[in-house]
Amino acid sequence: MKKNFGRIVLTGILVLALLVVTGCGKSNDAGEQGSDSGKLSGTITVAGSTSVQPFSEVLAEEFQAVNTGVTVNVQGGGSSQGVEAVISGAAQIGAASRDLKDEEKARANLVVTPIALDGVAVVVNPANKVSALTAEDIKNIYIGNIKNWQELGGEDAPITIISREEGSGTRDAFSEIVLNKEDIVKDAIIQNSTGAVKTGVAGDKNAIGYISMAKVDQAVKALRVDGVEANEANVKNGSYKVQRPFIYITNGEPQGLSKAFIEYVLSDEGQSIISEEGAFSIQ
Amino acid sequence: MEEALQNQKINILAPTNQLSANHSHSRRRRGEKAIEKILVLCAAIFILAIFLITLFIFAKGMPLIAKIGLGDFLFNTQWSPTKGMYGIGSMFIGSVLITLGALIWTVPLGLSTAILMAEIAPPRIGTILGNLINLLAGIPSVVYGFIGLIVIVPFIRENLGGNGMSLLAGAIILGIMILPTLINISRDSLLAVPREYKEGSLALGASHFQTISRVMVPAAKSGIITAVVLGMGRAIGETMAVVMVTGNAAIIPGSILEPVRTMTSNIVLEMGYASGDHQTALFATGMVLFVFIVILNLSINLFAKGGQGIGRN
Repeated sequence: MKKNFGRIVLTGILVLALLVVTGCGKSNDAGEQGSDSGKLSGTITVAGSTSVQPFSEVLAEEFQAVNTGVTVNVQGGGSSQGVEAVISGAAQIGAASRDLKDEEKARANLVVTPIALDGVAVVVNPANKVSALTAEDIKNIYIGNIKNWQELGGEDAPITIISREEGSGTRDAFSEIVLNKEDIVKDAIIQNSTGAVKTGVAGDKNAIGYISMAKVDQAVKALRVDGVEANEANVKNGSYKVQRPFIYITNGEPQGLSKAFIEYVLSDEGQSIISEEGAFSIQ
Repeated sequence: MEEALQNQKINILAPTNQLSANHSHSRRRRGEKAIEKILVLCAAIFILAIFLITLFIFAKGMPLIAKIGLGDFLFNTQWSPTKGMYGIGSMFIGSVLITLGALIWTVPLGLSTAILMAEIAPPRIGTILGNLINLLAGIPSVVYGFIGLIVIVPFIRENLGGNGMSLLAGAIILGIMILPTLINISRDSLLAVPREYKEGSLALGASHFQTISRVMVPAAKSGIITAVVLGMGRAIGETMAVVMVTGNAAIIPGSILEPVRTMTSNIVLEMGYASGDHQTALFATGMVLFVFIVILNLSINLFAKGGQGIGRN
């Protein structure tokens, strides 16, 4: 009993010591990075598209590390809510993963700053004979009009459709650009991450799926869409159609902290963070 | 050792034996009281936590059910949150189907294994097998899911057709996961049957197999039913492995080779990006699951009361 108690106390002390050590390490880090801070201070809120949210979060983190007096709140909600938030003043910066609609532009003096481009690659198994499809074919596959690869010049085999879950930004983009918002067939396999879609397509030679272009590798084959290769250059010159812009919206020209944050996002450092996180920079 | 030291000390300080006994007695009593209080406090915190979790799930999930109606939420099979359609009917059926699928093959297999371990195999081998099965119970569910994804899904795809991500794959993986529960509790309840029953039966001229099927299993019935219900509870609550192998389409599957989505999968699949009503709908799904499992647990208690609680865990 006594021996056990001693052991527990010892473990407790060790755990505490570990916590103290790691805690110190962290605070030191923050201090060093903040040493070159400017005179910026205050709080801004970035709200909107859930596809832009992960990018905004990383960018905000890095921005706050450089400017220690600044707090950048990042919220989701969707592109439309991002626009609403900017108009109502609930957020200083709205984030959207689509261009503004005309009725949105009419409501206020909204200024749009594109911050990144996102390409969605349509992928099949490398063993699949098909390597190019029209956007129309892809739509017909996903809404259930085409069910066999034979109809598209492939082998006589049923198509396994793999899709993302409802609410996913990639699904939203794919549905908006390729499907024109028509419903995906109900019996499509649903996976809730890029990795799971890739595993699914890599394992089943009859599967088709869609993933963020930055995540394409040897395990899957990205299709040419309407004859255009899925790559960064074609996204940037606009010839590859399955793409969307990530934009920041401000009510009037960005000012003060919003301006500083947007300038940071557009800087080389900000843009390289965007590339690292899996979208294309706008330069 | 501590006590001996204490007694020595008391002997030096207090010359009368009676006094020292009294003294240590009251001290021990005070210590006991303090421990009692700590235990009550722990229990209270625990009960409060359960109460708060329940309250939270219901508070979060209720608004949507109030909005669209319980009937529509439970029985509508259209799930399309971005279009405002929240019916978990297909997932409710999915959860039930996959659980039944897992039980259909594990109950006979598990029960036979339990009988072998408790009655037929030498006790030593029974114990070794029991330990091995306990080991199975300790493997994390994501590992089972991964094995399912790498071995079972391709096997079904190549030999039976379809994509492989299916109700069948889910039922196989879930079955493997609930086998340890089934086997261990059934075995314990068989071992708890009084020795006289078996001896009596054999003395009356019944064969070993007759004794097992007519005396031992019926006597251990309530424990075996408890094992099945507990396995069922685990199957319904399992998430990770199921998400990985079932394909997660929100439909009522037409065959065992078609994909299926369970209530737990629904929550874990969509919680990442859900907001507003969508998020509330996921909490409401959790609420339905919660009520379902409470009903299962209550039924365990009923069954256990029915028998004399033999083999209750």
